[in-house]
Amino acid sequence: MIPSDYLPIGVMILLATGLACLVVLISILFGPRRRAKNPVKIASYESGMTAIGLGQRRFPVRFYLVAVLFILFDIEIVFFYPWAVAFRELGWPGFVSMLSFIGILFVGFIWVWKKGALEWETMDK
Amino acid sequence: MQDLMLILPPLIVFLGATALLLVDLKIADDRKETVAWIAMFLLVGALIAAVMLLYFNRTGDVLYGFSNMILTDRYAALLDIVFALIGIGVFLLTLRYNRVHQIMRGEFFVLTLFSIGGMMLMAHAANLVTIFVALEMFSIPLYVLCGVARPRLDSEESSLKYFLLGAFASGFLVYGIALMYGATGTLDIATMLKQVERGQAPLLLVIGAGLMLVGLGFKVAAVPFHMWTPDVYDGAPTTVTAFMTTATKAAGFAALVRVFLLGPGAFVGSLVSAIAILAALTMIFGNLFALAQRSVKRMLAYSSIAHAGYLLAGIASVANIGQSANAVIFYLATYAATSLAAFGVLSEIGSMNRDEDHGLERYTGLAKRNPALAWVMALALFSLMGMPLTAGFTGKYLLFQSAVSSGLNWLALLGVITSVISAFYYLRVIVHMFMKEDATVAANNEQYYVSKPSLVMMTLASVAVVALGLLPTLLLNMFA
Amino acid sequence: MTSIEPVILLSAVLFTIGAVGVLTRRNALMIFMSVELMLNAANLAFVAFAQQWGNLDGQLFVFFVMAVAAAEVAVGLALIVAIFRTKHSTDVDELSQLRG
Repeated sequence: MIPSDYLPIGVMILLATGLACLVVLISILFGPRRRAKNPVKIASYESGMTAIGLGQRRFPVRFYLVAVLFILFDIEIVFFYPWAVAFRELGWPGFVSMLSFIGILFVGFIWVWKKGALEWETMDK
Repeated sequence: MQDLMLILPPLIVFLGATALLLVDLKIADDRKETVAWIAMFLLVGALIAAVMLLYFNRTGDVLYGFSNMILTDRYAALLDIVFALIGIGVFLLTLRYNRVHQIMRGEFFVLTLFSIGGMMLMAHAANLVTIFVALEMFSIPLYVLCGVARPRLDSEESSLKYFLLGAFASGFLVYGIALMYGATGTLDIATMLKQVERGQAPLLLVIGAGLMLVGLGFKVAAVPFHMWTPDVYDGAPTTVTAFMTTATKAAGFAALVRVFLLGPGAFVGSLVSAIAILAALTMIFGNLFALAQRSVKRMLAYSSIAHAGYLLAGIASVANIGQSANAVIFYLATYAATSLAAFGVLSEIGSMNRDEDHGLERYTGLAKRNPALAWVMALALFSLMGMPLTAGFTGKYLLFQSAVSSGLNWLALLGVITSVISAFYYLRVIVHMFMKEDATVAANNEQYYVSKPSLVMMTLASVAVVALGLLPTLLLNMFA
Repeated sequence: MTSIEPVILLSAVLFTIGAVGVLTRRNALMIFMSVELMLNAANLAFVAFAQQWGNLDGQLFVFFVMAVAAAEVAVGLALIVAIFRTKHSTDVDELSQLRG
């Protein structure tokens, strides 16, 4: 617990605060100010690009459906990772277990497919 | 291979349900009854497997499998049988009810099968991981099943309410498991039990088990965690309600038996008193709220809360753990038979009227319109009340007996008093069915008819209620 | 090896925030997010305890919680979308078709 150990942290804090103040200062000095008259000021922020359309677009429900399906199948990877790490130790029994796991997931996938949940074009009908 | 044999009943249900999901794609909408029959066939298979487990393990040994994640003993096999029978009973009811209410969908049966599989897994749980996974496996399909009558608004609302409170309950359960793991360094129930038996019950374990009790209290609808119950049971389609009151209750109590009665919970005095207090509150408020109900379906929902109270009294009786566990499992079986009979009548009434209105006036003069329905309902209500010579009496007798032998005389006494109070609201329905005239009946003189599958189910359930009441030793010998 | 007490304390605070959020929030989505906070508080506790005991049981449990939470998200969002299409609201106070 020597105070000098904390010196780099102190320098870091100073630099960070200084930079933040500097950025705010530059923005005040050079940025467009009058809110009502400047269209750039009230446009939604698109990483410097010119904004197209409104910020609050409505997404069709099929967007959420596909997103939810993605989460469902994506999260199963958490079980693959430990299996892959211990692949050699687990050997054939582990391999068979993983195959049956994938098999069950695959049945779910076929069901989703046949039910038409992946058809982007015809889902509105 | 031996591992797979130990969980053969849930395995049959799970693999069968997965295959059925694909088979269902090929079956036209107007022939979904086929899916129901296949589902029942699968449950008969699971039933045979469970009976085999019971037969080949006559000594009642506890057999462990899958690196001690699951176990098979007498209780597990018996609960498997109960779950399979409940499933078959509910599916027999769906044949008419779901067709009339336009919820005859293949997914209904697949989801119910998944739920039953999760419940069976719960009966086999030997590790807190298995408890958690099994709990979610049977809960998540149920959230969807409640809302299956979409776009009927009360069904959707019941589904969302059940989902939000169910997820809230699993939050408590998971955090409780985390603390129990933190206190003992293991998730294995048997290892945890050994540590506690040696006299090590750190505060962290008590808090963890307490949080777990809250989570499971939500699932079995114990007061004060019961708020969702009447709304969900009332709004869900009657066949789903029939499944929930019987099977979910049994699965929740299977978890309580594993963790509290046969597990480390029984050795912590403060937890046992907490369960006893929960039991008392649940008995009192379940019965009092039921008194005020005008709808038979809501009345049965509160009655199911009250019955959770009687069952909790069994969980709190820790002096003779084997005797209490027997009493709880026996009561679950009798309650399942009784409740299925009652909900069989409700679903037939719902099919006749083509709606979900179960106000008392719908039952007025039922004895004239259809004597069979009225008698089945009367028998079920007498059994719920705990009338001697019915299954309900034997079940309550065994539960209160184990409470007395554990020195919980006040709880047993409270159970008897609240049972007497419950007679008021059960008898009211019986009076309406048998002694009151329905003014509209004389006008159109419409007779109710009962569909054959429902009649078979109600007959079997009634026979079970009477048989378990007159000859309880039939089932009790299986425990010994 | 750092001490796990601060981590457990943080997880307890997160769990409490989640539980209070469920009880006070009126929007179904916000309630749902509070529940997720509770589950993740438990995950944090599991990982910390696994570190303390030096076994992997706790970390293994976290995988199951994550998978189950994803399944709950799928079902929950579907239910919320379904009820929004019928009622055009996700405020739970307006779900008063059924009275308790």
